[in-house]
Amino acid sequence: MIKYLIEKEFKQISRNPFLPRLIMFYPLVVLLIFPWAATYEIRNINLCVVDNDHTTYSQQLTEKAVSSGYFKLTAFEPTYQQAMQQIESKRANVILEIPPHFERDLINRQSANVLIASNAVNGTVGGLSSEYMADIVTDFSSQIRHEWQQTGKEPPSVPTIEVVSQNRFNPFLNYKLFMIPAMMVLVLTIMTGFLPALNIVSEKEAGTMEQINVTPVPKFTFIFSKLLSYWLIGFFVISVSFLVAWIVYGFVPAGHLSTMYAFAGIYILAVSGMGLVISNYSDTMQQALFVIFFFMIVLILLSGLFTPVNSMPGWAQWVAAFNPLKYFIQVMRSVYMKGSGFVDLIPQFLALVGFAAFFNLWAVISYRKSN
Amino acid sequence: MENLQHSEIITQPEKVIEVNKLVKRFGHFTAVDHISFDVEKGEIFGFLGANGAGKTTAMRMLCGLSKPTEGKGKVAGFDIEHQSEQVKKSIGYMSQKFSLYNDLKVWENIRLFAGIYGMNDKDIKEKTALLLEQLHFEKERNVLVKSLPLGMKQKLAFSVAIFHTPEVVFLDEPTGGVDPATRRQFWELIYEAAAKGITVFVTTHYMDEAEYCNRVSIMVDGRIEALDSPHNLKTEFEAHNMDEVFQQLARKATRKAD
Repeated sequence: MIKYLIEKEFKQISRNPFLPRLIMFYPLVVLLIFPWAATYEIRNINLCVVDNDHTTYSQQLTEKAVSSGYFKLTAFEPTYQQAMQQIESKRANVILEIPPHFERDLINRQSANVLIASNAVNGTVGGLSSEYMADIVTDFSSQIRHEWQQTGKEPPSVPTIEVVSQNRFNPFLNYKLFMIPAMMVLVLTIMTGFLPALNIVSEKEAGTMEQINVTPVPKFTFIFSKLLSYWLIGFFVISVSFLVAWIVYGFVPAGHLSTMYAFAGIYILAVSGMGLVISNYSDTMQQALFVIFFFMIVLILLSGLFTPVNSMPGWAQWVAAFNPLKYFIQVMRSVYMKGSGFVDLIPQFLALVGFAAFFNLWAVISYRKSN
Repeated sequence: MENLQHSEIITQPEKVIEVNKLVKRFGHFTAVDHISFDVEKGEIFGFLGANGAGKTTAMRMLCGLSKPTEGKGKVAGFDIEHQSEQVKKSIGYMSQKFSLYNDLKVWENIRLFAGIYGMNDKDIKEKTALLLEQLHFEKERNVLVKSLPLGMKQKLAFSVAIFHTPEVVFLDEPTGGVDPATRRQFWELIYEAAAKGITVFVTTHYMDEAEYCNRVSIMVDGRIEALDSPHNLKTEFEAHNMDEVFQQLARKATRKAD
């Protein structure tokens, strides 16, 4: 019996004017375009320099800032006030003011102050650009000390202590490596959670659901035939995603593919259960779409996809604890980046199994063939 | 001796549908109000009533799509409330709204529903060929159902509903919106099915179609107001045709049509 139903699903999917394209292109678009756009790396920050010193060192510092690649030198202004006008007119984001006697202080007192002012209307850009600039200045000063050591210029008095920060697992802070595993979760959620839900509701709308309901198709065979088709599609899509990550970005998971496939299997169960619950309570596509839209936004924003869950307020973290996306994103990121194995991911495993059981049980209870 | 016994069994009317004081309430609204009737094997049973009289609700209960609030009903020997899955195996159903898969081809729809009712690939193949020939649909075999004209769609839907030779087939306004010539052809299909021993339970608004039925029941405001053969009903109500019978009964209705 189920053979005929699965056959039907695939015929319908292949004849749908939209679905095959969605299945092929959605993962590609998400993986090829999104990681470039959804990045926290900030480049091309417009820099305005106020150089009150005009010495070799001040010039070197300016050059260093520009050559870092983060900053674009847009103006030299003689005074801080004039530089502020650059910021007010939005021609500059950051001011670097080098005080008079910068070189002299640096040589004589082994310390000099510079002023970094940034436009913090966009908090992220403001914060990050002053951080970048501070890094550059620190780097600059250690570089000079190094030069002095070599030329024997350094007075023996002050030992320098440097704080070294090291970025583990993603040494170059590559945001793409951070985003891509999470993007795969997003794609999988839509393919295996929401597409089958919409498909079921569309059968309700067309009246074919009722025709099926008067046949002896057992309660779950019909739904299962749909889910199975979309599960196959889900595994196809995630395999394509792994390939794209490897071919286009050169990302190979540090952990085992099998760990990710196993978790994907459980995750697919959980989200398709969620989709079923939505479809059980919706009579029209419109209704289902609105519900999906609502949940999708909440689920994505509270998943840690863009902003870390740990830095959310307590209540939001509490809500996020009930978000299956969060757990699967954690799994994908840690397998891809840290090479975590199953044992490291037992909490996520238990959470996902819990979601799968909960949503599918709810779906079973709320599904009725007759009323 | 054996032959005699055999013929006795045949002449004894076999009840395929038995309904006893069936009630369906939606909140305070009683859609179906204590209806009782029997339908015999091979009979064409017309189920008439104005819009909103409760025909579709009653039919949905008989098909196991809807649970009765009160009362008992048996279809093909199975209780509609507790054995609805067995009921579903023994019936065919054609809904008011065309509900085959528009994005499947003619043969694919037949194959799907036949498969669902447990027929095997070989039987399906043979019977499909036979059916398409009878309906003169050979050319349309590979046509998507959505591009068929309405008359053809309805004939196909009926043929799919009886493809697995059920004991009863339920037809909910099967000829709505179809031209008179196609309607006639449709009724020929119904007669063929009945001749094969399939009981036909049909709702309709066309009073000329009511004349084709062996027996007719007329529902008014959720109750069955009349139930007999068209001939007897006309005598009883001193009417020339079924339309007049219907008008006399429907005038009593207090419920608004939906």
